[in-house]
Parts: sequence; C-alpha cells; structure tokens
Amino acid sequence: MAKPKVAFYWNASCGGCEEAVVDLAEDILTVVDAVEFVLWPVAMDFKREDVEALDDGEIAVAFLNGSVRTSEQEDWARLLRRKAGLVVAFGSCAHLGGIPGLANFSNREGVFEASYGYLPSVDNPEGVVPQTETKVKEGTLELPEIYDTVYALDQVVDVDYYLPGCAPPADLILDAVNAILSGELPPKGTVLAPTKSLCDECDRNESKPDKIEISELKRPHQTMIDPEKCFLAEGIICMGPATRAGCGERCINANMPCRGCFGPTDEVRDQSAKFLSALASVLDVDEPEEMERLSESIPDVTGLFAMYSLPVTLLKRRKLEK
Amino acid sequence: MSKRITIDPITRLEGHGKIEIFLDKNGDVANAYFQVPELRGFEKFSEGRMCEEMPRITPKICGVCPTAHHMAATKALDALYHVTPPRTAILIRELIYNAFMFEDHALHFYFLGGPDFVVGPDAPKAERNVLGVIAKVGLEVGGRVIEMRRRVRNIITSLGGRVIHPVCGLPGGVSRGLTEEMKEEFTATAAEAVDFGKFSLDLFAKVVLENKDYVDLIAGDIYKHKTYYMGLVDDENRVNFYDGMIRVVDPDGNEFAKFAPADYLDHIAEHVEPWSYIKFPYLKAVGWKGFTDGPESGVYRVAPLARLNASDGMATETAQAAHDQLYETLGGKPAHNTLAYHWARLVELTQAAERLVELMDDPEIMGDDIRTLPTEKPDEGVGVVEAPRGTLFHHYKTDERGVITQANLVVATVNNAPGICMSIEGAARGLIKGGKVNDGLLNMVEMAFRAYDPCFACATHSLPGQMPLVVEVKGPDGEVLERLSQFVED
Ligand code: SF4
Ligand code: SF4
Ligand code: SF4
Repeated sequence: MAKPKVAFYWNASCGGCEEAVVDLAEDILTVVDAVEFVLWPVAMDFKREDVEALDDGEIAVAFLNGSVRTSEQEDWARLLRRKAGLVVAFGSCAHLGGIPGLANFSNREGVFEASYGYLPSVDNPEGVVPQTETKVKEGTLELPEIYDTVYALDQVVDVDYYLPGCAPPADLILDAVNAILSGELPPKGTVLAPTKSLCDECDRNESKPDKIEISELKRPHQTMIDPEKCFLAEGIICMGPATRAGCGERCINANMPCRGCFGPTDEVRDQSAKFLSALASVLDVDEPEEMERLSESIPDVTGLFAMYSLPVTLLKRRKLEK
Repeated sequence: MSKRITIDPITRLEGHGKIEIFLDKNGDVANAYFQVPELRGFEKFSEGRMCEEMPRITPKICGVCPTAHHMAATKALDALYHVTPPRTAILIRELIYNAFMFEDHALHFYFLGGPDFVVGPDAPKAERNVLGVIAKVGLEVGGRVIEMRRRVRNIITSLGGRVIHPVCGLPGGVSRGLTEEMKEEFTATAAEAVDFGKFSLDLFAKVVLENKDYVDLIAGDIYKHKTYYMGLVDDENRVNFYDGMIRVVDPDGNEFAKFAPADYLDHIAEHVEPWSYIKFPYLKAVGWKGFTDGPESGVYRVAPLARLNASDGMATETAQAAHDQLYETLGGKPAHNTLAYHWARLVELTQAAERLVELMDDPEIMGDDIRTLPTEKPDEGVGVVEAPRGTLFHHYKTDERGVITQANLVVATVNNAPGICMSIEGAARGLIKGGKVNDGLLNMVEMAFRAYDPCFACATHSLPGQMPLVVEVKGPDGEVLERLSQFVED
C-alpha cells in the first residue's frame, strides 16, 4: 500500500513549531518511515510546482503552522487546502493567531511608522519605506505585500483539526499523527488535546479555595510568588480557568502563571471573554469604584487575556480608521 | 544581454530571505541584493503591553533563539525598574544562558555548519548533511551529540518551564530556584559538557586542521572582510555572553569604543533601504558608506568570530587555549575570515561548558533568595545579551504603570545584515564570469550564509543541514534561462 502523503508548511512562524517537530528526535523516525513527505520546506526541497502537480486531495494531511499575514501565505494555505484531505492548524499561531496576532492592535502603516520612522535607532532622514517594487539601477526588486491584519488559519481556509500550543508538546503531536495514520479520527473541528481546563489538571488546584475572593490583583513582578499556591487565589492573573489542558502545566512548573497558549476549551468561543467572566465571579468587590481600582491594576486587559488569541476574539482587531 | 539571478533560500517561499543577483551585459555581476521579505512588527505591537510580559512576548520572534530574547527582555526590565537581582538569581540566569549558548552552538556545528567541513566542502551534496557527519565520525558520536543536547536543553526546560519560549525571567530575578535533584543532574551534565567541548575541538583539529585544503580555505581570501567587530566583554575584556560592556574593535584590532549597553544609541544607528524589510546597522562615529568594508565604512560584524575579535581573550582555560590556537593558525588577531566563525563557535561552546561547571560549583546557586521586588517607578531600560548570532539589544520605555510606550529591538542577525550582503556579493563576483554561472556558486553562497548562521535564512531550522537554495538565471523578460539546485532531485 502506498504510504500516506504528508505536507508540513510554515506561514508567519517563529520556527518554534518546526523545532518542536525536530525535538521529537528518534520518535519522529518511526513517523518518517510510515509516511511520505511531499512538502517540508524547512527540511526538504520540494517546490510549489511539485505540490501543484499533485491531484486534489492527494495529500493525506497538511500541517500548517504560523499565522497568515501576506498574500503569498494565503496562496499557500489555499493550495494546500485543495491538495490535502485533511488540514491541521499546528500551534497557537495557526490555531488562534498567536502572539504575532497582537499586531492587530495596529496595522501595516503603524508597523512601518515605528520600524522605519520613530524608533530611536532608525537613521532615515529621507523617510525611506520598503516598497513592494523598487527600481534599482540594475533592474527591479520585489517584496511581498504585508497585510493590515493577521489571521488565524481557519479565517483563511477550512481547517479540519487543531493542535494547540506555542509550541505544541511532543506527546500531543505524536498522538495526532498516530490518530491520523490509523484513521481513528474524531469529528471535524476537534482540537487534538484534552477537553478539560488547565485548572482541572493543575497541581495547585487543590490549594484553590472553593470560592476565591480576590480583593486585590497583583502583577507577577509585584509580589513574591508562592511556589505551591494557586495563582488566582493569590490575586495573580492565571488563564488556567479559560484555557485547555494538555500542555503539561509548563509555565506553572516554572512558577509562572498561564497565559493561555492552548486556547479555550470546547464550549468556549472567546477565551478572553470567558476569562473575564471567570474573573468577575471571583472578584470580591461590591462597589463600582472598587471594580475600577481593580481594573486599573491590570492596565492592558485585552493584551493580557487575548495574548495568543486576539485575531479570533470577538474584538478581532483595532478598528481601522479611514 | 542582461540577466537576473534569483536565489530564494526556501524555494519561492517568502518570509525568510532571498538573493537577487543582476548581471551586466558582459555577463559579469552588476550587483547582488540580499532581501528579507518579512516584517512582523513586534516593536509596534509591544506598545500598550504590560512590560513584565515582554520576556514572554518577544521570544516569539524566533523559536530557535527564544532564550536570547527572553534574557535580553528580562535584563531590560531590571534596568527599567532600577532593580538588581540577588546574586543567586544572576547565577541561575547565567546557567540557563550558558546552557542555551552551548546547545545552540552544538546544533549549528554538528547539524548545520559542520557538514561542510567534517564531510568536506567538495563532498557529494547528498552526503553533506548530518547523516554524512554521522557516517564520517561514527554513529556513536551522532548519538552523543543528540544526547548531550537533550541533557543541556533539559536545564532550560527544568528552570524555564519550556525550552522553546522559556518563561522564568522577572524584573529583579527569576521565578524559581534549583532543587537538590536538579543540582545533582546539572552538575553531571556540566562536567560532561566540558568533555564534549574538548571532544569537539579535537574533532575539529583532526578533521579540519590536519587537512591543508580546509585550512587554506578558512585562511584564504574568500569572504574575507576587514570590518569592525562588536561583542560583550567582562571587566577584563574577556568574552561574556550574559553581561558586560559592549566593546568594538577596528579592522586592525584596536579598541574603537567601549560602552555600557544603555548608551547604545550613541554608537549605532540603522540605515533603511527600500528593497528590504530588514534594516542595516552601522557605527555612527564612522557613518554609513554602503556595503563596503575597511576602516572608512561603519559596517561592523557580530557573533562568534566577532566576539573573539572584540575581546582580549576567553574567560575559561580550555577555551582560552583554543582561542590562542585559532589566532596562531590564522595569523593573528583580529581574524577577518568569515569561515573561521565555525571554529570560533566551538571555542565559545567550550567556554559555555566550562562556565556551566563554575556555576554549578558555586554554592550560592542553591540560595533561596532569587528575587528582589522592584520598588521604584519604571521608566526606561536597555537589556543586552550576546545571542548565538550576535549582540542583541532590547530597549523599552514605559509609563508609570509599566505599560510599554516604546520598544526598540536590534536583533542579533540584523547586526550582521550588511556583512552578509557583502559576503554574498563577494561570492557572486568571484564565481559568475561572462554570464557563466559556476555550479559552485550555490555552495559558496550557502557556506557564506552558514558561517553567519543567520536566523532568517532558515538555515538554522534546516533538519538535514542543507539549506534549500535555488538559483534561477532569468532573461530580461523574466524567462528562466538556467536553474540550479544543490539538492539531488530524484
Ligand atoms: S505557535 Fe509559537 S512556536 Fe509555533 S510558530 Fe507560533 S510563536 Fe512560534
Ligand atoms: S488558576 Fe492557574 S494556578 Fe490556579 S489552579 Fe488554575 S491553572 Fe492552576
Ligand atoms: S501553562 Fe498556559 S501558557 Fe503555559 S504552556 Fe501551558 S497553556 Fe501555554
């Protein structure tokens, strides 16, 4: 029987998701044996033409990491969607937009104004800004256009499964690959990770009182962090209640609160909204002034609660004037 | 007829670097451009964020060197809050940081850059990868490299929570300390890392230095650029990865400047070109004179060889001996030979390993005092570390609530961008004559890239140690006249 064809591709990615695959080390070799890679630009030399030459649906599964923010990335996502039976959004960026999705607080113009304008090390008296086409004396140089908005993968193409995490942990990657190879597939749209919340698996959950009543919010650098106690019970924002389990409590192990890279659990659409309501229910405040004082202690609620998911929140992006 | 050559490192895929070479009507090189077709705007979207989240946000710039961004961000927060971490916290940060330098340099030498030497620059392409290295040095060695990296990376995972994007840095310290169990494990790992460093230097001596052709290649004029060099040094002008003063030497090796990281704006600026999203840093006191070397040009270089050039020597014994041998072989300090970056990388790997032992030997690393709580109002701070790929600057300004109002990042590889352009142009001029594109061009350009170990070229992410380079020779109407690929296409 022919081996199933697999494609691995990166859009606007930091390379960490690729490292996560490389980190599988020996484990990956059994996978490599069982499949035929038809695209993996980081590791192998296949061209767009090679992918285009395949029949539609001929690739069994395409794993895509990174968010989408240029026309070229969008083209690639569409091409792979057509050629692949299954598309898996791999990692927080493809799943939710990820940290690069915070760019939706601004737009292309804002990014350019900073990078080539007001930042203090820039020396640019003539106000040069990179162009999609530049005539130099020998010819023309081209650069791809950068979009105003950063997208999660499913805002651009239909996605079958999601592998959460920045980057996804080894065990979940292997489970996903094995499930796909064995054909034992969960319903379309499933996030390939536990359905519980991070709190359900967190060691510190036991120290969480039944009813947390926070009268003061603290930022992690403002207080000595107890290595045993639940962060929320201490008044430190921890995204655990609104975040899917499965990462192995990586940040908690380093005695730092969760920032939500695994995204929301199944029932929840907007992780930041869910967290806001979870927080409201544990806040021990009656007076509106007190509420205000509390929110003042977290001066960037959206950036914190939607750190990994801004492109898929109901908010989506800053309103574009003009 | 004028031709145009495109080298797109990742096969038409945007996002990671692209080379365009234009030929004149005689078929000689008119000019070569190295373009970075991506900009993710981290500086802009850092504005408005709470500054203590920067050590968790900025590592996402790069999944290969997240620890460098994490540390630079954390140090910028120390400065911003005017807080000095307790000594134990500094030792822990240094432990994580030297572990990171070690594993990243090992990755590069054995999997990415090394194949050119260990297997040989003229070996068949199909063998010039990590599998070829293993075939040459034995399966046992291959296993040892993988195992060593795993153990050293485990230091980062244990203390930082995750090795890809660690989270432990806070202004004034770190979020957790070492357990007795960790102490035992890391002490053993450190000792083994030193052995591994010596072993790697021996391997280099045997395979490379005993081969006259290789030595000639390194010492020769290829990719030689007489530039300024920059690196962090300790109070005895020895190489330091985590902290110190920034020292710049001129092309003759004389100290040109030495300054505190906070003063970086007095010394460097970034030039903008319309054809690349990357900026081109230069020394302000000399000025931007274009892509050219020599004392009149403000171009400086960073990363392993540059750090050695900018120092008076190494901070540990075995590394110092290796440093001396390097300069004896290359005819004195500074060395301008770009290919010697690989050798310098191993010298640094050895220092990182020896430093791990020193750190684990220091009883204070087990202390309980790992944080000083900031009490002052935040305002502005610069954090600098030596990333594997060069000096890395993070500079933040905040309002009174610690919300970022401005973030400026001068990233390691960016410092080397002008040098990379020059090396590529040099290779192109040397190898393309009369319209004839020499097949060796790909290798030469690839080797120039690999020596710098540039992040954006995806060389660092490349599993088999081969960067998928394609050269297309295009006619005036854009039709492809010739296509070269260094891969065996089967
Ligand atoms: S999900 Fe995280 S590791 Fe993966 S590409 Fe995005 S930032 Fe990098
Ligand atoms: S809020 Fe955070 S620390 Fe508390 S139980 Fe949930 S995940 Fe654990
Ligand atoms: S603790 Fe939260 S932020 Fe950290 S890895 Fe797990 S899900 Fe991601």
